[in-house]
Amino acid sequence: MLAKRIIPCLDIKEGKTVKGINFVNFRDAGDPVELGAAYSRAGADELVYLDITASHEGRKTFTELVKKVAANISIPFTVGGGINELQDVDRLLGAGADKVSVNSAAIRRPELIGEIASHFGSQVCVVAIDANWENGEWICYLNGGRIPTDKRLFDWAREAEERGAGEILFTSMTHDGVKEGYPNEALAYLADTLHIPVIASGGAGKMEHFRDAFRLGKADAALAASVFHFGEIKIEELKLYLQREGINVRI
Amino acid sequence: MNVTIIKYNAGNIYSVDYALKRLGITPVITADPELIRKADKVIFPGVGEAFTTMEYLKAHQMTDLICGLKQPVLGICLGMQLMCRYSEEGNADCLGIFDVDVKRFIPQRHEDKVPHMGWNTITDLKGGLFSPALENQFVYFVHSFYVPLNEATAATTEYILPFSASLHKDNFYATQFHPEKSGSVGEQILKNFLNL
Repeated sequence: MLAKRIIPCLDIKEGKTVKGINFVNFRDAGDPVELGAAYSRAGADELVYLDITASHEGRKTFTELVKKVAANISIPFTVGGGINELQDVDRLLGAGADKVSVNSAAIRRPELIGEIASHFGSQVCVVAIDANWENGEWICYLNGGRIPTDKRLFDWAREAEERGAGEILFTSMTHDGVKEGYPNEALAYLADTLHIPVIASGGAGKMEHFRDAFRLGKADAALAASVFHFGEIKIEELKLYLQREGINVRI
Repeated sequence: MNVTIIKYNAGNIYSVDYALKRLGITPVITADPELIRKADKVIFPGVGEAFTTMEYLKAHQMTDLICGLKQPVLGICLGMQLMCRYSEEGNADCLGIFDVDVKRFIPQRHEDKVPHMGWNTITDLKGGLFSPALENQFVYFVHSFYVPLNEATAATTEYILPFSASLHKDNFYATQFHPEKSGSVGEQILKNFLNL
């Protein structure tokens, strides 16, 4: 049976992981390759590297990093951040990434999704959506949650699927950082209406939250950052917990 | 050991290259028939579309070359599908090494998403790629078309229906999953291939 996936997300700035990490046994806690390798050994099913650098120079550094990750890590990984055109996708896949995630650029120019899907296949195209719950609606945001748009989560997710997205990565800005769980109702609605996998993101604080994202939210994968980076939840323990709870995970 | 990766118009070649390098092998990536024929081991990787890829292989006189290889050959993902007789993807006539046709997954329930993407288990393992300890281990898949169970099936995975996760006939081995992306389990399978 296909396993539910656990995905740590690493934010990268100028080639280094941004968030502090309190893991021991690291030569360099800021080294994204070393951190990714440690997550892989711990049982992570995939990795996401998100480039939050804005500069041109930073982009080059990130591409070099993608090559190092591909050379050293034997599980699939997705890269995102600053992907605006097909050329960016070509560069990152050429450097060895398995998938790319597009966010703001796809909202600004939705045709980008179809272009990526027809050139490289739907399976490489993850559409990331940042949305906030406001006055009874899920409003989609641009630029890392800074600019509201006229798009609504469910309509935009459906459009992204129709245009050729291979997966939807939904981050609830309402839940992100609060550590009280994932937005399970919205996730379940996405799972019931879409025909592509949904990755839950934003809100994990306890192991139960992952269980609920899979059981109640029907998510195919759950992504988290700080609970893993700060060692609050260990992936090995999380997997064993989920297995005990009857969720099919790769051990 | 001289390991050659067949170079053609497909993606995924470099992740196989990286995986072999992690095992201490530096493969030759080439389309040169002489280099491919004299290699100790040949890997036929692939991510792409069956019809276009077959047209490319025909145009570059690579079909007879691949079918005529005598050393151990490992087809991966699309590489495995192209080693079959025919594929529903683009109605492609393929290499015919394995006497079976490639079919498109037909979802039976809403939860059946296509492509089949992620980690799934391999069972009923046979042949030289698989050591007994690999039974029921997870490997990484990404595919929308599948090879039905047949007499060459060397590993079985269940998604929508049971299908061939691996094939084996004579010197030809193939995996539907990506050993190069399947962590330590995939590394063991690649090692087993290199040790054939």
